[in-house]
Amino acid sequence: MPVDAAPRAGVGTTPTVDDALALGLTRAEYELVCEKQGGPPNQVELAMYSLLWSEHCAYKHSKKLLRTLPTEGEHVVMGPGENAGAVDVGGGLVCAFKVESHNHPSAVEPFQGAATGVGGILRDIFAIGARPIAVLDSLRFGEPAAGPAGARARYLLDGAVSGIGHYGNSIGVPTVGGEVYFEGPYEHNCLVNAMALGLAARERLVRSAAAGPGNLLILFGASTGRDGIGGASVLASAELGAGGDGDLDKRPTVQVGDPFEEKKLLECSLELLERGLIVSLQDLGAAGLTSSASEMASKGGVGIDVDVAKVPLREPGMEPFEVMVSESQERMLCVVEPANADAVMELCAKWEVNGSAIGTVTDTGRMRVLRDGELVGDMPVAALVDDCPLYDLQPQKPSEPIYGAPPATAGLTLASTPRDILLAILSSPNLSSRRPLFEQYDSIVQSRTVRRPEQADAAVLALPDGGALAVSIDCNGRRVAADPYTGTVEAVLECAANLACVGAEPLGTTNNLNFGNPEKPHIAWQLSESVRGLGDACRALRAPIVGGNVSLYNEGATGPIYPTPVIGIVGRLPDARRAGRLGFARAGDQIALVGALRPSLGASELAKLLGQPLPDGLPEIDIAAVAATQAAVRDAVRAGALSSAHDVAEGGLAVALAECCLAGGIGAQVELAEDLWEAIPRPAGGHGAPGPRSGSEPPASTLLATALFGEGPGGFIVSGGPDALRALGERVATVPIGRVGDDVLSIVEAGATAGTMLTLTLEELAEAHGALGELFP
Amino acid sequence: MRPPVQRRERAGGERVRARVLIRPKAGILDPQGEAVERALPALGFAGVGNVHVGRLIELDVEDPEQLQPMCEKLLANPLVEDYEIELLDGSA
Amino acid sequence: MKFGVLQFPGSCDEVDALEAARRVGDAELIWHAERDLGGADAIVVPGGFSYGDYLRAGAIARFSPAMESVIAFARDGGLVLGICNGFQVLCEAHLLPGALLPNANLRFTFRQLELEVLYGGGPFTKACALGERLSIPAKHAWGRYYADSDTLAVMDRSGQIVLRYAPGQNFNGSLHDIAGVCNEAGNVFGMMPHPEHAVDELIGGSADGLKIFESMRLTIEGAVV
Repeated sequence: MPVDAAPRAGVGTTPTVDDALALGLTRAEYELVCEKQGGPPNQVELAMYSLLWSEHCAYKHSKKLLRTLPTEGEHVVMGPGENAGAVDVGGGLVCAFKVESHNHPSAVEPFQGAATGVGGILRDIFAIGARPIAVLDSLRFGEPAAGPAGARARYLLDGAVSGIGHYGNSIGVPTVGGEVYFEGPYEHNCLVNAMALGLAARERLVRSAAAGPGNLLILFGASTGRDGIGGASVLASAELGAGGDGDLDKRPTVQVGDPFEEKKLLECSLELLERGLIVSLQDLGAAGLTSSASEMASKGGVGIDVDVAKVPLREPGMEPFEVMVSESQERMLCVVEPANADAVMELCAKWEVNGSAIGTVTDTGRMRVLRDGELVGDMPVAALVDDCPLYDLQPQKPSEPIYGAPPATAGLTLASTPRDILLAILSSPNLSSRRPLFEQYDSIVQSRTVRRPEQADAAVLALPDGGALAVSIDCNGRRVAADPYTGTVEAVLECAANLACVGAEPLGTTNNLNFGNPEKPHIAWQLSESVRGLGDACRALRAPIVGGNVSLYNEGATGPIYPTPVIGIVGRLPDARRAGRLGFARAGDQIALVGALRPSLGASELAKLLGQPLPDGLPEIDIAAVAATQAAVRDAVRAGALSSAHDVAEGGLAVALAECCLAGGIGAQVELAEDLWEAIPRPAGGHGAPGPRSGSEPPASTLLATALFGEGPGGFIVSGGPDALRALGERVATVPIGRVGDDVLSIVEAGATAGTMLTLTLEELAEAHGALGELFP
Repeated sequence: MRPPVQRRERAGGERVRARVLIRPKAGILDPQGEAVERALPALGFAGVGNVHVGRLIELDVEDPEQLQPMCEKLLANPLVEDYEIELLDGSA
Repeated sequence: MKFGVLQFPGSCDEVDALEAARRVGDAELIWHAERDLGGADAIVVPGGFSYGDYLRAGAIARFSPAMESVIAFARDGGLVLGICNGFQVLCEAHLLPGALLPNANLRFTFRQLELEVLYGGGPFTKACALGERLSIPAKHAWGRYYADSDTLAVMDRSGQIVLRYAPGQNFNGSLHDIAGVCNEAGNVFGMMPHPEHAVDELIGGSADGLKIFESMRLTIEGAVV
């Protein structure tokens, strides 16, 4: 159809296919748009299609894969597809939660990128009617070594932590947990994922579908400026350039957040819902008004007319397309029956947030953009939201390693003393205490926090009925790189293990899939294997996915990030007073290793410090056995039988013991019998596995290192009275390995070749453990 | 000590653009100034000292006489801050 | 007895303060735009980031209608407790001497701290013993207490320095490790740490903060003839 016959007035000249390509659409996608529009799209229309059809909004390369995930379960109240998911937590309450990423903006401006990431995820929570009660963050940077080599990693870490603290603290939502990893592949592509939880009475939950032709569309919150224009397609779906100064001219597109504005927006939104004044609610995030209005219309099967002249602007002379794609923060959209419009505006005035009726719901099924009544854009809603082409991945397992070996730590070998190895691991950036970071967060506002960071393996938040929520966020990207399927299963199991240590049962899962360029077959392989592992693990644990996020194209000239499927799980425990702790508590308590730990050095922290390349594959996991162990530990914690519980994770057994001593401020005398590894089912071997001595065994030093520092799922360190441990032993493999007491951690080898493996005072352990503090003088 | 307000000629009835500079009082610990002073040599800038970090407020006013009471009451905390008022030339 | 807890746009810990006060008496929120203090016997100005800490922490909140009423209430001898941002508001309103400045370490810091009671027996520490240690958390970026040396000398002599950070606990650089001060008349008190976050051992491991609210109740009820 010729351009001249187009029924709507364009603004400026009609964009060409080259404009479309510059905005991130492919030639084929552009032609499809022309077909849907009955002619070439005008400027407003092209801008909107390019955003909604970007990877970030449309999930073109991941949607088909995500449909394989389990999303239903007895506790699920709201599954994927809404602003956040929600699970029933008893007492008439639901917990809403979700994780999202803000990776590319944080690489450009870490403070604002991380801050607005927190702002965005919080809005998703109160957009469904829940009051946000907690935030967790999951961060990845390059190695933060002292001097110029680590300067960028330190700059990004500092900025991101400051930004998260600034936003969360100011809005009055506690940041209760999180994780940080430092690995070479994240140097040029950092990861900033933010998870949030909220509470709502079940009947208060609200959906985002627009409904009722004739109803009004009211925009409220901050005014609209040029923040983040083109952010969604230009930044989020493009591989970052060479970095350095090349990123400086990307700065203007980064959004700037205002937590004070969002606090007012939050209270206003919740009061609007409380008073039953709105039909539906949606927050404005990536692609601003474009995605919010279109998605509301799509879910409701209706159309929407928006007049950009009615949008309160912060900058003069904004074009219609700019108004539609602006990513100015702290804005919400609601659908209101005309009879309630005055009351809504009054409430907006009370909370000092701009409220403006900017459009109406129609029955046309079309998204129409007007400027002062003049039509400047006209698109079918279905074409915008539902008809974006979805692509099949072409996965292929790589024949060559993708990642280089990490740099080796000078002076450290497998023959180093266990004492030196433990100190090296404890002081490494991945393992040293995160206290300098989490002390920048308010983790107690709202007075629910029962377990603060470093007190237990998961954060614990009290519920009104005497029970409590537990939450953790986890993923070891390096292990996923070694084996995307098994590594992802491990991440889910690790998260659930953290919940078991405080006595919580998983209710539901959220995930943020951070991967490289899915159009490359080896990345497609990582993604599909990871999603397969995610599905299998969530099914086995009966912790369905209730929502999540995908961030692709995290790669640059130096290669892709480690595949990093960040997992967040929310669980419940019946008695907050019995929430578990990770630190040893009482001199005289017995210590036991619980579960079928199969330690191996492949892809472990020690292997990394030794500069070993990633292995091809990780040992297979008996998911059912690990789940059974988790259930046994969980029940023992709930019964109040244990003094402490801590899962064995990065750094292996010796590091776990050190962490228990440090958290409890008390030592431990541990004796590892030679039959320790016989009592526990033997590992598969070929990965530096320990076992009884035989002619073809690896050298003693390797066996020792594997026993003390080897990693794998399914193991827990617990402490308590001998009766309690005996009772636990009737349910799951429980091997006593020592006693709590004194102020040293000593590990000795019992049996024929008895000898001291290591002895360290609490002071020495604390000094090593405090290494990260040197980055924050 | 020079008077805080610098008077300039202007036509009556217009708004004047004013600039208020707010500095930490001498003798009070200025950790922001110290942090900047420490960071500059690390970036290769030598010979820097006596760094202080303050605030800048710019505003259009009809009556510049009100600027001093504005500073005393709201814009600065006179207990711990000094302020300096400047009227800018050529303002609309 | 009835506590009135102020609420500004940007207040965070007002609900926590409300719940803490309710363990000891009745309590109600007072919206910043209201002049009516609802017959409260004591006022709590809570923590948070009123008005986003724009310009200076507490600088804008001090001019709200509710604060105008609180200033009059204080001048008449009414009990006023300012916590963290509330302390900042009271200093900006000149109900307390001195000022709060950015932390010496330039970062927001959250820590469970030990405080020493330097002056027991006043309206806010009646339930504490002189020299007693209280375990109360602090969480702020602008908590460094400053007053000039003449003022500090006067405050020292009049027993206005009520709470002090125990040795090694002062992370914000406050002069003389000052954590909480009162006015000359003793009826207005400000402290940077958060007593409302130490009222239940389940949530934080210490209930020492309850003693501040309990002291206020003892003062009010003791004054009733």
